Amino acid sequence: MPLLEIDSLAVDYRTSRGAVHALDDVSFSLHKGETLGLAGESGSGKSTLGLSIMRLVPYPGVIVKGQIKIDETDILKLPESEMRSIRAVKVAYIFQDPMTSLNPVKKIGAHFVELIRTHEPRTSEKEAVERAKNVLKNLGLLSERINDYPHQFSGGMRQRIMIGLAIALNPDLVIADEPTTALDVIVQAKTLDLLEDLRKIYGMALIFISHDLSIILERCDKIIVMYAGHMVEYATSPDLHKAPKHPYTQGLLQSIPNIELSDQKLSAIPGSPPNMVNPPKGCPFWPRCPYAMEICPVKVPPLIVSGQNHLVRCFLYGE
Amino acid sequence: MSKIKDKIKKSFLARFVPGLASLIKRGPSGWMVILGIIIVLALVIMTAIGPWVTPYNPVKTNVGPIRAPPSSQFPLGTNHLGQDMLSRTLVGGAIMLQVSALSALVCFIIGVPLGLSSSYIGGFLDSTISLVIDAIYAFPSLVIAIAIAAMLGPGVVNMALSIAVVYIPSYFRIVRSQVLSIKELTYTEAAKAAGARWHTILFRYIFPNVVPSIVVVITVNFADAALTAAGLTFIGLGVTYDIPDWSWDLTNGWKYLSSGAWWIISFPGLMIILLALGFTLIGEGLSELLNPKLQR
Repeated sequence: MPLLEIDSLAVDYRTSRGAVHALDDVSFSLHKGETLGLAGESGSGKSTLGLSIMRLVPYPGVIVKGQIKIDETDILKLPESEMRSIRAVKVAYIFQDPMTSLNPVKKIGAHFVELIRTHEPRTSEKEAVERAKNVLKNLGLLSERINDYPHQFSGGMRQRIMIGLAIALNPDLVIADEPTTALDVIVQAKTLDLLEDLRKIYGMALIFISHDLSIILERCDKIIVMYAGHMVEYATSPDLHKAPKHPYTQGLLQSIPNIELSDQKLSAIPGSPPNMVNPPKGCPFWPRCPYAMEICPVKVPPLIVSGQNHLVRCFLYGE
Repeated sequence: MSKIKDKIKKSFLARFVPGLASLIKRGPSGWMVILGIIIVLALVIMTAIGPWVTPYNPVKTNVGPIRAPPSSQFPLGTNHLGQDMLSRTLVGGAIMLQVSALSALVCFIIGVPLGLSSSYIGGFLDSTISLVIDAIYAFPSLVIAIAIAAMLGPGVVNMALSIAVVYIPSYFRIVRSQVLSIKELTYTEAAKAAGARWHTILFRYIFPNVVPSIVVVITVNFADAALTAAGLTFIGLGVTYDIPDWSWDLTNGWKYLSSGAWWIISFPGLMIILLALGFTLIGEGLSELLNPKLQR
C-alpha cells in the first residue's frame, strides 16, 4: 500500500491573462521510506506539486483535476480542519529560504512548543520544551539555544532548525523544497547529510525538490523530471543516470560537468523554457528538441512505459 | 494578589530602567528617544502637579493688572483678563494631553483591528474598507476635524473623537501595508504548513511583527493630535475660558501681539511646541531603533 498516491493531478493558476496550466496529468506513487527527487527548471511546476500535497497551492492556484491520496484517503475531499491535522503530523514541508522561514519575534523553543502543542494538546509545556531540546541535540545544536531568537542563528543553522521542525512530530513524509539552494556548498552537503541521517532514523519518506539534477541523482531512489508542468520522465536514479530516455533529460545530464572528463565541452539545451501563459502546442519541449518530429507539435505525447519502472513522455519510444 | 502586583512592578521597573539606560548606547536615535521621553514626562509631571503649585488660581480673572509684562510678582505676565500666565502655563497642558491620549487610544482600538482584518481577509472587503479610508485620507485633516467637531460640539471627548477620525487612516494604512508584506513571507506559509489555525497566524505571527510600526505611528500621531487639538481650540471648537488651556491662550492672546504683549502667547506656544517636539523625537527615534534591519 503506497503512502502517497497521486493520480492525474492538474493545477491551474487562474490569472487575468487566462488559466496557466502549472501541472497537467501528474501521476505517481510513493511508498514508506522511499526518496523521490523532483527535478526541473524554474517554473516547471515542482514547487506547485509539493504544495499541492499540503493543499497549500497559493492563490490564484486551483487544483482542477485528480486525486491525492495519503494513506488511502483523498486529501482533496477533506475539510480544512482535518487537513490541518495532516500538515506537519503526516506530511511536513521544508521551505527554500531559511532566512525568512522562522518568525523573527519568537524564540526557537517557542516554535517547537507551539507546533507540538497545536497537534498534541495534551502535551505539557515542560514536556514540549524537553522534546524541543532533544531535537536540537539531534540537529547538532546546543540545547541551551532554545532561548535564542532566529536572527541569532546562521543560515545553515536556521535550515537545520527548519528540518528539526519538520521532523518534530515524526511525519511519514517530508517534502523538502530546494532546502539547500540558499546555502553555500559546504553547508549544503552537511545539511543534506543531516536530513538523510534523520530520515533513516525516523523512517520517513522524502520528496526532494531541486533544480540540481546531480544532487538528486546522488541522494534519491527515484526521480521525476518535470518540464512545463508535465512529468516527462520517471525512473530509478541508476536507470536515469545510465539510460536517460527523454531528450530533455539527456540534455540536462549532458550539461552537468564531469570531473573525470576535463576536456569535455559542456553542452547546453538551446532555447529557453516556454512561456507558461502561452505554451507551445503539443509536446511543450518540441521547439527545443533535437529529435522533433511532425507529430510533436500536434499532440501531447502520453506517458509510455519503456522498460522496468521507467516511464517517459515522448513519441520516440513505444509503439 | 500583592505578590502578582510585586511581580509586575518588579518586571516593569527591571525592564524599563535598564532599557532606557541601554538606549544611550544605541547612538543618536537612542538619544532622541531619551530626550523625547524626558520632555514629555516633564510636561506631564508639570501638568499633573501644577494645580498644587500655581501661585494664583489660573482661571480667576483680575488677579493682577491687565496685560502686565513679566515682573517679579507675575513672572510670565498677565493676559487681557488679568489672569496669571505662569499659573495658566503650568496647568494648561491637561486638555491637550487628555485629548491626544484619548484620540490615540480610539485610533488604536479602531484602526489596528480594521487594518489587520481587512488585509488578512483581502478581496472585496479589503477594497471596500480601503476605499472608504482613502476617501477620508484624501481630505485635508484639519477640515474633517473641524467639520466633525462642529457637529459634536466642544468638549474633551468630542475633540478626541473628531481627531481620531482624522488619524484612523494613518493607523489603518500602516498596519495594512505591513500585514500585506508579512502575509507573503515564508514564516507565515511555514506556519500554515505546520497546521496553524488562522487566529494563530494572525495573532502570533503577523501581529507581533506589526507592533514596532504601530508604536511609531502612535508616538508620531500623538504630536499631530496635540497640534490638531490646538487648531480646534484656536477656531473656537475646543474648550471654554473657564478651563486653563495653552491653545485657548494662543487664540485669545495673538490679538495683543501687535500692541507688544508678546508674553501672552509666547509661553503657552512654547509649551505646545515642546510637547509636539517631545513626541516627534520619540517617534522618529523609535522608528529607527525598531527597524529590524538596523538591529544587531
